[in-house]
Parts: sequence; C-alpha cells; structure tokens
Amino acid sequence: MERIQLRKMHINQSGTVSAIKASGELGRRIRDMGLVPGTELTIVGRAPLQDPVALRLRDFTMTLRNGEADQIMVDVHEA
Amino acid sequence: MNTATVALIGNPNCGKSTLFNALTGSRQHVGNYPGITVEKHEGLLHTHKHEITLVDLPGTYSLTAFSEDELVARNFLIESKPDAVITVLDATNLERSTYLVLQIQELGVPVIVVLNMMDEVRRKGIGIDLARLSALLKSPVVEIVARTGEGKERLLTEICKALDEKPQAPDILLSYGNDLDPVLVNMQERIQASTLPPLPPRWLAVKYLEEDAEILAQGKASDPKAHEDLLAMVREVAEHCQKTLDMEPASLIADYRYGYITSLLRGVVTRPTTTRFDLTDKLDKILTQRLLGPIFMLGVLYGLFTLTIEIGAAPQGWVEDFFAWLNGIVSTNLPEGFVRSLLTSGIIDGVGGVLSFAPLIMIMFFFLSFLEDSGYLARMAYMLDRVFRIFGLHGSSVVPFIISGGIPGGCAVPGVMAARTLRSPRERIATVLTAPFLSCGAKTPVFLLIAVAFFPDNANQALFLVTLGGWAAVLIASFCLRHTVIPGASTPFVMELPPYRLPTLQGMILHTWERLWQYVKKAGTVILAISILIWAGMTFPQLPAERLAAHEAQVEQLGQQAFKNDEAREAAHAELDNLQAQEALRYSIAGRIGQAMESVTSPAGFDWRTNIALLGGFAAKEVIVSSLGTAYSMGDVDPEESEGLSARLAKDSKWNKWSAISFMAFVLLYAPCFVTIAVIGREIGWRWAAFSIIFNTSLAYIISVLIYQVGTRL
Ligand SMILES: Nc1nc2c(ncn2[C@@H]2O[C@H](COP(=O)(O)OP(=O)(O)O)[C@@H](O)[C@H]2O)c(=O)[nH]1
Ligand SMILES: [Mg+2]
Repeated sequence: MERIQLRKMHINQSGTVSAIKASGELGRRIRDMGLVPGTELTIVGRAPLQDPVALRLRDFTMTLRNGEADQIMVDVHEA
Repeated sequence: MNTATVALIGNPNCGKSTLFNALTGSRQHVGNYPGITVEKHEGLLHTHKHEITLVDLPGTYSLTAFSEDELVARNFLIESKPDAVITVLDATNLERSTYLVLQIQELGVPVIVVLNMMDEVRRKGIGIDLARLSALLKSPVVEIVARTGEGKERLLTEICKALDEKPQAPDILLSYGNDLDPVLVNMQERIQASTLPPLPPRWLAVKYLEEDAEILAQGKASDPKAHEDLLAMVREVAEHCQKTLDMEPASLIADYRYGYITSLLRGVVTRPTTTRFDLTDKLDKILTQRLLGPIFMLGVLYGLFTLTIEIGAAPQGWVEDFFAWLNGIVSTNLPEGFVRSLLTSGIIDGVGGVLSFAPLIMIMFFFLSFLEDSGYLARMAYMLDRVFRIFGLHGSSVVPFIISGGIPGGCAVPGVMAARTLRSPRERIATVLTAPFLSCGAKTPVFLLIAVAFFPDNANQALFLVTLGGWAAVLIASFCLRHTVIPGASTPFVMELPPYRLPTLQGMILHTWERLWQYVKKAGTVILAISILIWAGMTFPQLPAERLAAHEAQVEQLGQQAFKNDEAREAAHAELDNLQAQEALRYSIAGRIGQAMESVTSPAGFDWRTNIALLGGFAAKEVIVSSLGTAYSMGDVDPEESEGLSARLAKDSKWNKWSAISFMAFVLLYAPCFVTIAVIGREIGWRWAAFSIIFNTSLAYIISVLIYQVGTRL
C-alpha cells in the first residue's frame, strides 16, 4: 500500500483517506462533506482542464480543486 | 384551530423545495431574512386541527457558522424555536444526511426524519430498515417520494403527532473519545455555572471546541469570565491533541461523528451485491468529457441565450405595445401640459421600459431553474472553474455573465439575479460588479448606430470587437477588484455534483414566478421614482416667457407661409418643432449639466449633446439613442430605425472616428442602468451599488480619454 497526495491519484483509482492537513474554512467544508480519515474514495473524473477533480465517497460525488486536494493524503488500494 | 410553525431543513439537493411545494402548493411566499440576501420561504398548510406555517430553511450540510445559509438555519432553530422540525434526507446518501440530523439533535431539538428519494433507493435495490433507524435515532422516520407526493399523508400524521405530544429531544449522547470527553464534562460544568446563552451546555462546549466564531463572540459578550475559562480549557486540549494525534479538536469531533454514523447505519442499510447501472455516471462520462463536455456546454449556453431572446421577443413586444397604447390613450384624453408630459414621457415610458424586460426575465429563470434543479449547473461550474479562477472568479460565474450579455443582447438585470447560485461571497460580489460591462441588448443599438455612422464597411466586426471588449473588461476588472477592494483567498471549491434528476414542472414554475414577482415589485418602485426625476431634469426649468412667445410666433409665421404641398409643410413644421425641442432641452437642468460637463468630457471627445444622451443613459441605456436624437434636433428617434441620425452624426464636425470609438467604450463601461443598480443594491448591498456607479464611470472615463487623446494624435 502506498501513501500519496490525492492530487496524484489517477482516474478510477481508489483509496482510504489517511490524513487531512487542511484547517479553517476548507478543513470544515471537507469534514462536513464526510471526507474524514478512514473514508473510502474513488477518483471519478477530472474537469477538461485537469482541475478540479471529482471523487466519489459515501454514495455521492464531490469536487475539489487540485490545490485543495494537495492537503489530503490517501492510502491507495492495489489495482 | 391551533397555529404552529414547522421548519424544513436538509442538505442542498435533498428535495426539500419539492417537498415544500408538495405540502403547501401555491400558498407560499418568499421574503428575505432581515439584513441579508438569504431567501426566506414560508407556506401555509392546514390539517384538521392545526394551521401550520411551514418554513423552508436554506439547504446546508452542517450547522457551523461558516456561511450565511448555515447561520440562518441554525439561528432559526435556536431563536424562533419552531414547534416541530422536519429533517429531509436524501435516502440515497444517508451517511452525509445523518450528519446534519445528529447536529440538530445535539442542539436539543426533536426532529421528524424524512427519507426522500425512496424511488431511487428502490430502483438501486438498496434496503433501509426504517424501524431500526427510527429506534437508533430515537425519532419518527417517514419514507416519501417528494416528486410524486407518495408518503405525504404519513408525514402529515407524524407532524400532527409531534405538535400534539410535544416530544422531548432524545438524549443522544455522542462520545467524542477519551481525549475530548473529559474536557467536555468539565466545560459543561463551567457553562452550567455561567450566564452564557441558554443553550444545551454540551452543544455549547462542542462549539467552543470547534471554535465557532459566532458562539465565541456571543460567549464573550454575555459572560467574559466564563468565556476566558472555556478558552483556556480549549487551548489546553487542543495542544494535547496536536501533540499526540496531530489533529485539531474540530477534526476529531467530525471523525467521531462520522464514525458513530457509520456504525449506526451498518445494521440499517443493506446494499445489493452488484451495483446497478447508474444514469448519472453514464451521463457524466459524456457531459464532462474533455472535448464533448465543453462543446455541449457551449451549445447549452447558446441555446439558453437564443431561446430566451427568441421566445421573449413576442411577449416583450406585447408589453411594449400595451404601454404604447396606454400612452396613446392618455395623450388623446388629456390636454397638453405638464400632467400629460409627466404621465407619458415620465411614468408610462419609464415603468413600461422596465416591465418590458419581465417576459425575458421570466423565460430565462425558467430555463435556469431547469439547469439548476437538474444538476447540470454544478457541472458547468466544475468545467469552467479553472479558467475563471485565474481572474478571481468562480466556475459558477459563467451563467450570470452569459445572461448579462456575454453574447450581445443579454440583460444585466436577470444576470445579476442569476449570480445567486454562487455560494462564495467574494466571487459573487466580483461577478455582480463586473457583469454590467457586457454588451446588453440596450447598448447594442447604440453600438449599431455609431458603427454604421463611422465604420460603414466593417460594422459587424466593430460590434464583435465591442463584445470581446466587454469580456476583456469583465475579466481584467474582476482580477483588479479581487486584488484590491474584494481581496481574499478564493473560496474553497468543495462542492457536490448532485445526481442528474428531472425537475418538477411545479417547482420550476413556482421558482420562476417568485423571482419574476420580486423583480417587478422592487425594481418597479425604484424605476418609477427615477423616471419622474429624469423627466423633470429634461423638462425644467422651462424656457423664459419671451422665448416661448418667440416660439409661438415662429409657428404662427410658418403657418402663414405657402408650401408646395402638405408634405413640405409637415416637414417644415417638424423641423421647427425639433429645433425648439433642442432649445428647451439645452435650457433644462439636464442641458445645463451637459454644457457644464463639457470641459470635463471634451478630453474624451464628447460635447454637451453627447453628455445629455449619456446622462439619460444612467437611467436606461435605451434612452441614449433617443436623447441623442433630441439633442441633435432630430426629434424622437426610434432606436430600431436610426439611419437618419447615423448620417447626421457622420457629417457633424464634432464627431470623428476616435470620438466614435471613445463613445462606444464609454457606453460599454460606464455606470449600469438604474434597474441594474437597484438589483445590485438588493443583491449585495447599497454600498456596492454606489461603488459600481463610481467605479464603472471612472473606468469608462479613463479609457475613453486615453482612446481619444492617443487616437487623435496618431
Ligand atoms: N427521483 C426523485 N427526484 C426527486 C425527488 N424529490 C425531488 N427530486 C428532484 O431532485 C432535484 C432537487 O430537488 P429540490 O427540491 O430542488 O432540492 P433542494 O435543493 O433540496 O430544494 C429536483 O430535480 C427534483 O425534481 C424524489 O423523491 N425522487
Ligand atoms: Mg431548493
């Protein structure tokens, strides 16, 4: 198992959130959406200009900018 | 009959508005919460025993104090103490929805839990054990399909029961782990011995740990001593958490909440072993694809725009015809004089001008509701965010821009109103302030007039360049604004891409109607006052008595003159009329201001007649062409048929290519029209409305002077 930044994940890759460094408003918004350590997520797509990124977690899809995704570390599952 | 207040609360896109409409029908109205732009929806609902006011709170994921929407929802629960609270959950997405339910319960508020979207749950083959969920949440649980009204009766029964029995809030004591629980107990004790606001002590303690700005401010104001003690406890435990867990307490709290929810739902939700085909995933594969996504989006934008203008043209014509007819009636039935002039030129023309936009606004909002409720708007924001972010804007800014005239012929009034879909305050202000730079339908005739006069061979290219100029102004200005008067990091993009869902017709109609009504009511009152002011400015003071007498003498003299035929006679009379109107206009306040401003505006290449036209344009850009007509003694010029005026301007010695370009730049950029200003004021505050008049006009002036000075020296 490898631990990488969420930004570095490619489409259709899944993983488990291991740490979130964001604080303040960004941290709060991410947490309120249910993106907390231990959550399973899958990258479902990227916008045409590669940013933002769309991910699936807890039965819904959310989007994050790459800069925001940098604050999230994920243990990626083996393919 | 007992009266009662019942609140609806839930995540965005959970179907709350659809349920609200299903329960109240058309017995609803929209207002604003005092002092902020968050809309307040209220509706009436009768049961055999109760007369219920149903309040639809803004959609929210949480009860923190991070956005106005969340604060409104929370304060309503705390301050207005509704008799019952219905939490609407998207049952296809239970974990995140339950997060909100827990927060409401912690606030000590008993809830009725409504599971919406049950049709989708069944289709996906997901099982939900309602009895178990109800037992675990210690609250009644009702399943419904808001779209079809299924389950409405059961919900009404539960509402009546809650109103009759007034249940106590269930004591769901959530554990926040060994690090926080002991501190929470200490904090609760301190709170009980204090004069802090009368809220559940545990909830207050949790909010202190989460460093909730609003609660901290209230605490400091109501009991400074206790506030300091609590802060000290928070600091200590925060340091401890940071050291041992590398986490802040707020993160730890969210962790425990979600951990609790996951284990709670484990025995409640059963999933099919194979996931079935999901329409949303398939659609997104195409609609947000690298190449097809942007192409489809362009098509949608173009379609939105052309449909609005095409379909709107006919009813817009009817409204205009109606006011023309009204004008005719008043003119024939009233003697010539101030009253008639005030009624026709002032009130009817002014108010009619505003109301003629109403059909466009209605159609635009109808389509926009569809895009919003179907979930496509969120995809547009997602695809465009990267581009707009460079300029300090947000992906969602695109819709307001397009509607405002990103493709010529739009209108900033609905454009500014459409900016409501932006949830980021700074980006929203930048969008609202820059949208009026685009080339709206009222400016287009002015550009056409000038382009035909001075660039007869390239009129179309000139128009196209003006449109591009508008976009450039939007992007550059918002970049500058976001680095000066609206500074601040960009608001996080964290956003949901909701599943594609077919909106209900009822929902779209209600939505459209309510926005249309607000426009007609508020913009209408402001415009009425302003129209009267403009009319007075161009009418008073009247020419002195001896000049009026001289005019009459001229008319009389002309009457005695012999003409070849009736046509020649009419032409001569019209010419005299126009000359006299020009003299009267020059003598009026507007005329005097125009002349006094000449020293300021001549560096930009404008003389007093142009100034009057531009002054009129402060009220409505439609006025520019017609006041130029009066000022150049062409009589009333129909903006649609301005060839005569065009030729007249081309011949005038005061005009040349560079004053023409300078004039077009000025018209494109200067102060928004009054209706737009009124709407800006209502949407983001009157100080910003005043700012936009001053900022846009100064910018327009600087650019115009530059163009004229540099151009004429080349
Ligand atoms: N399939 C299905 N769709 C629904 C249901 N309730 C609402 N919708 C749709 O979900 C979308 C969002 O609903 P809306 O009421 O605007 O959500 P709000 O943001 O909570 O006000 C709309 O397109 C509705 O037509 C439901 O029970 N089943
Ligand atoms: Mg809604």
